[in-house]
Amino acid sequence: MAASDRKIGDVILDVRNISLRFGGVKALTDISFNVREHEVRAIIGPNGAGKSSMLNCINGVYNPQDGEITYRGRTFHHLNAPQVAKMGIARTFQNLALFKGMSVLDNIMTGRNLKMKTGLFAQALRLGPAEREEIAHREHVERIIDFLEIQAWRKTPVGRLPYGLQKRVDLGRALAMEPDVLLLDEPMAGMNVEEKQDMSRFILDVNAEFGTTIVLIEHDMGVVMDISDRVVVLDYGKKIGDGTPDEVRSNPEVITAYLGTSH
Amino acid sequence: MVDSTFGRLLLAHAAQRPDAPALREKVYGIWQTTSWQALAAQVRALACGLAEAGLQRGQHLVVIGENRPRLSAAMLAAQALGAVPVPLYQDAAATEFVYPLQNAEVAFAVVEDQEQVDKLIEIREQLPALTRIWFDDPRGLRHYDEPGLAPLDALLAAGQAFDRAHPGRYEHEVEAGRADDVAAMFFTSGTTGHPKGVVHTHRSLIDRAQAGATFDRLDSCEEVLAYLPPAWIGQNIFSYAQWLACGYVVNCPESAATVSIDLKEIGPTYYFAPPRVFEGLLTTVMIRMEDASAPKRWLFQRAMALAKRVGPARMDGQPLALTDRLRYALADLLVLGPLRNSLGFSRVRVAYTAGEAIGPDLFSFYRAIGINLKQLYGSTETAVFVCLQPDHEARADTVGVPIAGVEIKVSDSGEVLVKSPGLLQGYYKNPAATAEVLGEDGWYRTGDAGFIDGAGHLKIIDRAKDVGRMQGGNMFAPKYIENKLKFFPYIKEAVAFGDGRDRVCAFVNIDMEAVGNWAERRNLPYAGYTDLAAKPEVGELIRDCVLQVNADLARDALLAGCQISRFLVLHKELDADDGELTRTRKVRRGHIADKYRVLVDAMYGNLPAQYIETQVRFEDGRTGQVSATLQIHDTPVTPAADARRAA
Repeated sequence: MAASDRKIGDVILDVRNISLRFGGVKALTDISFNVREHEVRAIIGPNGAGKSSMLNCINGVYNPQDGEITYRGRTFHHLNAPQVAKMGIARTFQNLALFKGMSVLDNIMTGRNLKMKTGLFAQALRLGPAEREEIAHREHVERIIDFLEIQAWRKTPVGRLPYGLQKRVDLGRALAMEPDVLLLDEPMAGMNVEEKQDMSRFILDVNAEFGTTIVLIEHDMGVVMDISDRVVVLDYGKKIGDGTPDEVRSNPEVITAYLGTSH
Repeated sequence: MVDSTFGRLLLAHAAQRPDAPALREKVYGIWQTTSWQALAAQVRALACGLAEAGLQRGQHLVVIGENRPRLSAAMLAAQALGAVPVPLYQDAAATEFVYPLQNAEVAFAVVEDQEQVDKLIEIREQLPALTRIWFDDPRGLRHYDEPGLAPLDALLAAGQAFDRAHPGRYEHEVEAGRADDVAAMFFTSGTTGHPKGVVHTHRSLIDRAQAGATFDRLDSCEEVLAYLPPAWIGQNIFSYAQWLACGYVVNCPESAATVSIDLKEIGPTYYFAPPRVFEGLLTTVMIRMEDASAPKRWLFQRAMALAKRVGPARMDGQPLALTDRLRYALADLLVLGPLRNSLGFSRVRVAYTAGEAIGPDLFSFYRAIGINLKQLYGSTETAVFVCLQPDHEARADTVGVPIAGVEIKVSDSGEVLVKSPGLLQGYYKNPAATAEVLGEDGWYRTGDAGFIDGAGHLKIIDRAKDVGRMQGGNMFAPKYIENKLKFFPYIKEAVAFGDGRDRVCAFVNIDMEAVGNWAERRNLPYAGYTDLAAKPEVGELIRDCVLQVNADLARDALLAGCQISRFLVLHKELDADDGELTRTRKVRRGHIADKYRVLVDAMYGNLPAQYIETQVRFEDGRTGQVSATLQIHDTPVTPAADARRAA
């Protein structure tokens, strides 16, 4: 219900003719698609289709050999990760990259890193401005903890949490950046049905409450179709479908890629 | 005080001690305090808002959610207007709300969050009378376009405006309230048929709250943690009626998952928990001790052995030998004190348990470690307080002495009858059910079988209708047997059969946490509950427990015939969502016997194993299938006479 009432805006992220090669291996071939403001956009495809590579191109981790990416009117041929983060694009990782020995609170606090204004020196000495800033950031982090319903594990080292909760902490850290665009790399991988439902609800809530634009990769078709506004389908590094979940579901090429002969 | 109403009690606290804390809630990791003055202002605004919305004297206001300060305020606001708050269980499925809302002709509802709003919208077609729904937490609800749905903030704002436009209206409404007006309605979970709305007046609730407070000398300094469902009358008494009667502080936990953390932070002085919570805490302690290092385990065992020997007598105020006093002080310093602290019970002055009979070992464990745990007797219909155990007179097998205002007698059939100022007015729109329990003579029939013992304590054996006879004429008290089984940390639930049979058989539910931990330490792999329950090793583990229960039963001449001859470990957890437990987690024995008839027949038919498929229902209403082949275990029964000779 919440999702249908959102106002989806103009295109904010436009990916044009991206090709990415690792030596002779073509990971992505001539991929184009766009993302509108406030929408939930999914990239799906079988294993090895190039989904994570696509996300890594947007994220500035990989540099595609061809193509360009336009974000909020600015066109880029080469991006790097810190630059992307500063532009308000955050991401989570398929193979969690959390600090296992640190508490949930501290892990999410690291997401505030870019927002910290006071210098290392002031923070180390707990000078007035640094302390005030820390309190403000802590409050923001507490709101995220409340939002993701992980209050009971606030002070638990992340490494001791079950996998589903770690995924939630990973999402929390990305949210701490107050991103405009959130890239989620297989947020539901390895989860049971209940955990998947929880995570779907959190993704929709993030989208509804904060208006965050969401680009997510997933290979569980069922979940994607339920929560996405539009879906891009990749197979062998090529785009084979693009449209609303219903359009994609009835696309014969997509059906073949998912249900056809074994690869 | 006796002629007071909740609205007037609130105003009195706000006038006499405006800045004293009334409520605390942990928000964003920090405890936030609401003073009596601030609470009174909030209630005033809510009441004015409800009045403007059209809530009339005598009308019902449904309240659904966890313990949230603003939901308590909404209940107070309704009562200030002479309307009747009806709290419902927040974990009930949407369909379970239909009957109470129809029955009470509910037009207005105040709910906690999106989850509850979604449930009401789901059933709204069946509730034409429901016109307005207000929610406390706006999360996820921003874009809902549902007629009559609004945030509680909007109600507060509307109320403040209405208050300014109609000065004196609120005071007038509070003044117009009478002690004999209906104050609240509680739907009983009901083991059969529709739930029944139990109607209580301001007088009945406040009188009992007062009587209980006087009995235990409660004052405004008590700290209470509100963590049980507000729809349950016990929660209403401890965190609402007595809160307003005494003016102490009620603390609302951050979320259901943080209760044990919040308990430690608050350190309540007055605490109530049903036996299953004490059981759960003990299980956690035992599991953690099994994982502890050898020297710690040794120290713990030494301290516990001493505490078991000396502790209960110490709590009962009996004189102790000097050496025992010194030893206990040392054990208290090294083990018991830290243990109480880690349970969150450091400051507990009075702790109660009720709702189910408590296992004697479980009960004495808490007394032994120095917690003043006592039992009480009461029900929704009696506004809880009928019998309470005085300090120094706590017994595992009694429920205390009748307190001020209460008369008790036992009918010829052995049923306990009660007369008290706290008795219900009746069941809402159900005179037939009312007449069944409330006679012309003013005696309330509790439905419990029991007697008054030599020391004047009431002793409850079982539900009157559950106490049966076995074929040989032996008394069959299923709950007594089940409780003995459930004291073992490995057993979560048990269901005993035997009424009209020649022997007793039982179903057992393993405790996932405890048995899972046990299995891990033995490198026993398992895939989930069903798989773990079916392990032969687990069967053996439970068999040992059953054998110990049989040995224990054999020692009791009255109940030696109730020893368990066969049992099986169920393939799924008994669940309120499947109708197997009530919302207060009482076993619905008849329903279980019907649902698992093939298993019962297999046990009595001496089959070695039985295949079963069961449908399970999730909280959101979807269903799934579980199937398994269950092994049935035989356990030797000691004839009573032999046991006596051996002893």
